[in-house]
Amino acid sequence: MPSELPTIRRRDLLALIGTVAGSAAMYHAMTSLGFASESPYQGPIRLEGDPKGASVLVLGAGLAGMTAALELRKAGYKVQILEFNGRAGGRNWTLRGGDSFTELGGFKQTCDFADGLYINPGPWRIPHHHRALLDYCKRLNVALEPFNQLNHAAYLHSVRAFAGKPQRIRAVKADFQGQIAELLAKVTQQGKLDETVSREDQEILLQALRSWGALDNGYGYKANLISAEFRGYARDPGGGLTAMPEASEPVGLSEILKSRLWRYLRGFAHYNFQTTMFQPVGGMDMIGKAFAKEVGDLIRFNAKVTEIKQDDRGVTVSYVDAGKPGAVQQVQADWCVCTIPLSILSQLPVDVSAAMKSAIDAVPYAASVKIGLQFKRRFWEEDEQIYGGISYTDLPIRQIAYPNYGYNRAGRGVLLGAYLFEGPNAYEFTAMSPAERVARAVEFGAAIHPQYKAEFETGVSVAWHRVPFVLGCSGDWTDATRDAHYKNLCQIDGRIVLAGEHASALPAWQEGAILSALDAITRLHDRVVRM
Amino acid sequence: MVEGALLSRLAIAVLALLSPTALAHDGPQTHIFSSGFNFAETTGEELFANICQGCHMPDGSGASGAGTYPSLVADRNLEARGYPVYLVINGRKAMPPFGEMMTDAQIAAVVNYLRTHFDNNYQDIVTAGEVRDARR
Repeated sequence: MPSELPTIRRRDLLALIGTVAGSAAMYHAMTSLGFASESPYQGPIRLEGDPKGASVLVLGAGLAGMTAALELRKAGYKVQILEFNGRAGGRNWTLRGGDSFTELGGFKQTCDFADGLYINPGPWRIPHHHRALLDYCKRLNVALEPFNQLNHAAYLHSVRAFAGKPQRIRAVKADFQGQIAELLAKVTQQGKLDETVSREDQEILLQALRSWGALDNGYGYKANLISAEFRGYARDPGGGLTAMPEASEPVGLSEILKSRLWRYLRGFAHYNFQTTMFQPVGGMDMIGKAFAKEVGDLIRFNAKVTEIKQDDRGVTVSYVDAGKPGAVQQVQADWCVCTIPLSILSQLPVDVSAAMKSAIDAVPYAASVKIGLQFKRRFWEEDEQIYGGISYTDLPIRQIAYPNYGYNRAGRGVLLGAYLFEGPNAYEFTAMSPAERVARAVEFGAAIHPQYKAEFETGVSVAWHRVPFVLGCSGDWTDATRDAHYKNLCQIDGRIVLAGEHASALPAWQEGAILSALDAITRLHDRVVRM
Repeated sequence: MVEGALLSRLAIAVLALLSPTALAHDGPQTHIFSSGFNFAETTGEELFANICQGCHMPDGSGASGAGTYPSLVADRNLEARGYPVYLVINGRKAMPPFGEMMTDAQIAAVVNYLRTHFDNNYQDIVTAGEVRDARR
């Protein structure tokens, strides 16, 4: 094939670069040539060459900072980390019973969940193609389990459709496909596609529509056991004298269209949400804890950075005790990998070029709110056969996500009672006190699960604009700000390089944080070994 | 624990106050839940209580963690009225832009509210027309 030729030539070129300049240079060349575009992660990073005792100060002990620290120390650097919080992990975070958390404004919550129950207020799911993160999980022995993004038994819900009654995803999907298939089959049989589709292809199309849409022999989408096999039965198949199943009644084309519930279906097909997705067993912070086991000895906790200076010999960072700001202390190093969120970094005096400073100032942080609710029993499983996955709604809570662990157990359960990301409702929930957020999540959620009223016990909420260590959820780039500032943000500026999800094309994803760190230290190391 | 019981009682109280049909509208306090991508709040007070106070806090005094949300109390930066108008439209650093989520009238209302509350006492009024001009 002709398209193979340039690929082969490019491969030869890369091999040459690898031989002459080392794997770090090859990695960079591969990325810039677009060769690595399918997945930028090429396996464990190898920083070859002697850093000759160079020191690196890493700011922030989130996944980006700890990735950088782990790999740089392994490559022979002297590494220190300054971290604002009293724990490692940053937004990689889990709230369990007994944890307390004070948001900006002084609102304090103590999580009252039962043993073993938790929510992940930040990242909570890992796509199967986030290879860097998955590789670190493997290397650091973080056990994973499936995260159900699509559960056919969960609901789609609109206050403006089906009299506010939640619909099973399986039924919406089957009816949407079935009605479209029936319509297209009708049009095909009426000869209306004769000008654009060959006779032979029309025959195949009809077969496909029948298969895809659960149509009957006459290409109709009807109440029968064919459609019931997809949308669900009025009575499930059983045993003995009550064995025979009963078909359910499909929803008509107009009603399914007007419900607009179909708009949620595309989310399940999105690359970042396709099966298989994962979560760490026991909570997302298992990843941060596993990193901290490797680099925890390098971290100075409760260190609030107040100034970042550099000259041609090194970097000097000032910090105070985050708990009781007093005497300013300083750390010096040859280089700095700064993972401080831009919402905070933009407020600090930082010695960088005007171009990088403009980039740091250009990225606002998204509003996002998550609310965890504990109930006396797992009624979503017991009453509704919903094991994991997510229900979507146009109520302000947007989502109800069911726990992907502890299935089919008796006793309490914790679900995610709201997940808002951007849009007015995320701001409106942020503006409430934590107790009000929980109360509202219970009130709204009861429209989908009436059991809420009797079963609710306790809740906890995190509004990311009020989280002291980040002041927002994630870097909120636009096409325009990326065009104007992204490259300037990621360049090494003297002795400082930035990393974090904000310095990636995967905003708000942990993979973005790790890939940005790997890219940053690859370039930094190149510079160091060439000096 | 105490907090859990409190949240539970509060939830029940809220549930009792609201009929199911009122769910998507404002409740016992000043809460408003917008539908869609634009804010439904109209008065300066509503806009502040449902949006601004998320970061600037209910008393306007701001907050400080690893970074800071500035106080709006007796705030000299509000004196030149074009400045807060510009900030609400375009955002700056940690402050998100609201220009696409609020109308000219909403932005004027919230800026006028800030300039006449929290120990601010600026009597000149921002008009929606001024906000429209500032968008250009």
